[in-house]
Amino acid sequence: MAHLSPFQLSIFSTVSFLLCTNFVCCNNGRRVGDALDTEFGGFSVPLEHSFEVDDVAKFRVRGALVLKAGREPSVSLSQNQLSEEDRTKLKEVAAVDGLYRIRVPRVFLQTDRQTERQMEGHLTAFVRACAMVESHLSDVISLHTDVSGYLIGVSIVTIPGACRGTEVEDEVDLEVFNSTLSIVAPVNAPGPETALFLERMEQEMEKKGKNPQEQKSFFAKYWYLILGGAIFLMATSSAQPPAGGDREQS
Amino acid sequence: MAKLILLCIKFVLLCSIADAVFEDQVGKFDWRQQYVGKVRFAHFDMHVQSSKKVILATEKNVFASLNSRTGDLYWRHVDKTGPEGNIDALLLHGQDAVLVAGNGRVLRSWEVNIGGLNWEIVLDSGSFQSACFVGQQDSVKYVAVLKKTAISLHYLSNGHQKWLENLPESETVQYQAVYSGGNGEVYTLGVVPHSHIAVVVYSVEDGEITKQISVEAPWLSNIPTSCAVVGQGMLTCVDPATVSLYTLDLEEQSQMTQIPLQSLGLEVSPGFQPVLVSTQPNPARPPLSEFFLQLGPDHHLLLQLNNGQIVTLRDFKPALLVSFATTGEKTVAAVMAPKNKTVSYCEITDSNFFHWGLFFKGFSKDHTLPCFLPQACSLNLFSAESGRRLLDTTLIFNMDPNGGKPEKLYVQAFLKKDDSVGYRVMVQTEDHTLTFIQQPGRVMWTREEALSDVVTMEMVDLPLTGTQAELEGEFGKKAAIQDGLLSMVLKRLSSQLILLQAWMAHLWKLFYDARKPRSQVKNDVTIENLSRDEFNLQKMMVMVTASGKLFGIDSKTGTILWRHYLDNIPSNAAFKLMVQRTTAHFPHPPQCTLLIKDKDTGLATLHVFNPIFGRKSHITPPALPQPILQSLMLPLIDQDYAKVLLLVDDQYKVSAFPSTKNVLQQLQEMAGSIFFYLVDSNQGRLSGYRLRTDLSTELIWEVIIPTEVQRIVTVKGKRPNEHVHSQGRVMGDRSVLYKYLNPNLLAVVTESTDLHQERSFVGILLIDGVTGRIIHEAVQRKARGPVHLVHSENWVVYEYWSTKSRRNEFSVLELYEGMELYNSTVFSSLDRPHPPQVLQQSYIFPSSISTLEATLTEKGITSRHLLVGLPSGAILSLPKMFLDPRRPEIVSEQSREENLIPYAPEMPIRTEWFINYNQTVSRVRGIYTAPSGLESTCLVVAYGLDIYQTRVYPSKQFDVLKDDYDYMLISSVLFALFFATMISKRLAEVKLLNRAWR
Repeated sequence: MAHLSPFQLSIFSTVSFLLCTNFVCCNNGRRVGDALDTEFGGFSVPLEHSFEVDDVAKFRVRGALVLKAGREPSVSLSQNQLSEEDRTKLKEVAAVDGLYRIRVPRVFLQTDRQTERQMEGHLTAFVRACAMVESHLSDVISLHTDVSGYLIGVSIVTIPGACRGTEVEDEVDLEVFNSTLSIVAPVNAPGPETALFLERMEQEMEKKGKNPQEQKSFFAKYWYLILGGAIFLMATSSAQPPAGGDREQS
Repeated sequence: MAKLILLCIKFVLLCSIADAVFEDQVGKFDWRQQYVGKVRFAHFDMHVQSSKKVILATEKNVFASLNSRTGDLYWRHVDKTGPEGNIDALLLHGQDAVLVAGNGRVLRSWEVNIGGLNWEIVLDSGSFQSACFVGQQDSVKYVAVLKKTAISLHYLSNGHQKWLENLPESETVQYQAVYSGGNGEVYTLGVVPHSHIAVVVYSVEDGEITKQISVEAPWLSNIPTSCAVVGQGMLTCVDPATVSLYTLDLEEQSQMTQIPLQSLGLEVSPGFQPVLVSTQPNPARPPLSEFFLQLGPDHHLLLQLNNGQIVTLRDFKPALLVSFATTGEKTVAAVMAPKNKTVSYCEITDSNFFHWGLFFKGFSKDHTLPCFLPQACSLNLFSAESGRRLLDTTLIFNMDPNGGKPEKLYVQAFLKKDDSVGYRVMVQTEDHTLTFIQQPGRVMWTREEALSDVVTMEMVDLPLTGTQAELEGEFGKKAAIQDGLLSMVLKRLSSQLILLQAWMAHLWKLFYDARKPRSQVKNDVTIENLSRDEFNLQKMMVMVTASGKLFGIDSKTGTILWRHYLDNIPSNAAFKLMVQRTTAHFPHPPQCTLLIKDKDTGLATLHVFNPIFGRKSHITPPALPQPILQSLMLPLIDQDYAKVLLLVDDQYKVSAFPSTKNVLQQLQEMAGSIFFYLVDSNQGRLSGYRLRTDLSTELIWEVIIPTEVQRIVTVKGKRPNEHVHSQGRVMGDRSVLYKYLNPNLLAVVTESTDLHQERSFVGILLIDGVTGRIIHEAVQRKARGPVHLVHSENWVVYEYWSTKSRRNEFSVLELYEGMELYNSTVFSSLDRPHPPQVLQQSYIFPSSISTLEATLTEKGITSRHLLVGLPSGAILSLPKMFLDPRRPEIVSEQSREENLIPYAPEMPIRTEWFINYNQTVSRVRGIYTAPSGLESTCLVVAYGLDIYQTRVYPSKQFDVLKDDYDYMLISSVLFALFFATMISKRLAEVKLLNRAWR
């Protein structure tokens, strides 16, 4: 019994681990449809952005992030189009290699009470404005939470990410954001994989056990060596007397 | 199949590991130095006249014995760190050293000859106050230990408790001292601050209270600092307020007698707390009636208490340190007085600047550096009874101009053949140095105990030799432009001549040395003959210690080549050492900058110095009036080839050092691409900033980790001097898996605030330092710190304690871009939209660890090893191959092709992986690795209480011929083949000719 228990424990741990990874996969189910019902537990926070020629941040509302709290948090974004004025400004900022910044307020996702959700401060991230323009406003925004559901960071990248200096002629390209949103929770780091290893070892042992060659007795396995040794010994012992005799004579 | 796997494993193991040294290589490439730390108690072993032992107890909780002739360690016992192993008292009697450790937790007796433990007993709890020997009829039999509420008496022979008594009124009275004069009674002295002294007298025999008195003393607050027992049980105290001495006969009186110091014609220096020093040569007898009274920083008096009357025997002014010493029946007083108190500034010119001038042609011309003339102190012996100076006892102590002031004096007195007293002294200075001096001033040894607490270090290449430098100078850029053809030719000839001369000198030395027996050939390394060797294996180790003393140590031999003590270092300083200019830019001298930051106020100072000679640079560092948040070295260099150091203050303003016009211009051009990050672990905030052209900064990203859940423990980037040779890994199917090599990646480790073993966790975040993007976020559940982390190339290795399985575990994270690179030419954090693939695997490690570091080589071709400092003092060189998340659980053809070791959950520890074989490094705290000129070789320095230096060859010495390489065989084979071809050619010709004739 005492021998068995660690093994069982380790199996249990792998099972729980597999469960955990499943859970994580659910979390990472990146793309969430745009139309999301906000009835159960959903709440919205503003997503703000700022792009200024002099690089002094002036954040304005870009859209509303609808966050669904709970065990499997999800997010969707409803955002406005860029106005004519903003479009030209963004292009101007891109021309001087300014930054396009976004920010979201810090929130706590694992609670139902509205008062506990909001916290002091914002999380900010940036991307080069030219990348924003050249990718025709197609950005990927990920919101990172920690283990307990606090939002700890936000990141934004554009696809493609490079600034090649290509002109964006068509104003229409800069009208609508093509955003991809996701909430990323931390993954569970794996522990040492003892269960599988033990299983494998056991299989090997079984294989060994089944193998009839391994089960042969010592004499059955090495009879030829023993026989050879015996013959060799006999041969040498029969050759010895003359040598001894020699010594006696001298 | 299984056999095949096993065979495969064995093969891999055999191939990868042959790190162990051979017997004849021991000490050839490595050295170790053992230290004990700052001395707290020191006693000379006096029970045999010819004894050569000094018994030390130190603030590092080390108890050791030194050879007083050489300064080497006889033996050393290293106790636990922290208050648990703290040595409270050391008493030495005959061959027994009695030690109270751990705030009165244990009482130990050691045999001083071999350092063996006689006995150890655990004492009752209670905070330790004082301890003393108790003797009777001229023999010492007991040791008394005074705690806050109780006093106990133990037999010296076996430690058994004779009696234990609770102290009366211990709630109000603070008992602070215990004294015994050998008359069968033990006196405990307590004080109620600003009220009275309580004296409780115990009988040695049964612990009964024989007497209990209380004496009015409204001016007294602490007995050990202001009182001493003198003569036949006379408690003598000094009160700075009324400027008077008080005496109390412990046996008879119940009233203190006041003796104003003015009546003796004495004055106390303003603001100085006078100190009394008495001596009790034999614990079984009362102390001597002579004692020292210190009235000022350099004013001592030898006084005598005679029937309640105080007589001045001698006035010592100036006198820095005084000490009593006893040999046989004679007690002497040693007094150290400064010889010349002048501190002057001297001018360094080329002439008195030794012959290093060669390296410093461009440097030493017109600079006057403040330098302290070696200040000397003279020591004299005085008879304790009369205060007369003993003849021929002057000893000169030349103080190191780069050291600290003397702090303590330990005197070893001995009787010479003619019955006069001779002596040797051990001087402890502020920089934790011990200097042992013999008459008339010969320094027998010095020990740099500051090296027991190395905080940070760097290795700097040594400069070229004079001839090499000459050549460099000849072909320098400037020379070629200025000079004409003819002068260039002449220069060339002259430099060739110099080379020839050097070569001849070298040959001559070889020839000369060859005639001498090998043992006599000494290769003394001095600062003058330092030069880089062929493969750059010898470097200068610049070590910064917690005491504020800097050292330059030759990495090959461990010789200390220079030392420099920085006084007025705050006690809680944090140090950061940076190499601003290497030796590669002749004639500019190499330059190191040490940032010293007070942890409380954040205020920082810079110390700029030359790492080869240790001297302070003539460059005046900028004054830093604001607290400094962050410092970073930029790859930018100014016109003098010094890298630019940026300092960010608490107003987020950036200042540059050096801040010449050239640098500021470069900074303005580069500003848009200079990013830096700040970490505020108190608020859990990581924030990124960008430099603006006007050297102000702007906040560009922010990540906030709530401190209620977890706190940031470590943030680690990559080493800037690291090279990665291959961009990817070749897989079994000949495709390439590209590494994610982000030089801006930060590994952030967090620990949960909840320490319950089910809920505690360790978090790992990989954040891009430029964009603030969280690349990867993982939690290790049911885990706890301390976390040790190495971040290099495309991997992160960390070690933690698993609370669930109660064991140490290693985890490795590797990042890959995938099968194709996004942009193979340049890496930009701003343009990597796709997150990398992250692979992770964990292993069980069968030991806890003290520190973790990775090897580093010149070009990064050599495979990497992890250097693990174990608490046992061993340093394990663990191949990175074992920490590879791609280790397969089931072996396939492809994984075998890739040379992947099949996964096994437990990491092996093989004794042949210990790079320091039996040279254990006590309390290893850090490992420093540096590349050498050979790709295969990495220099390793492990530091803690000890310092150990060695070389490691992670992929064996693939670029070096072995020591036992058979040159004879190979050359004879070559010659033989050459002649064989010649002969056979000739034969073939003859044969052809013959055939033609046929």
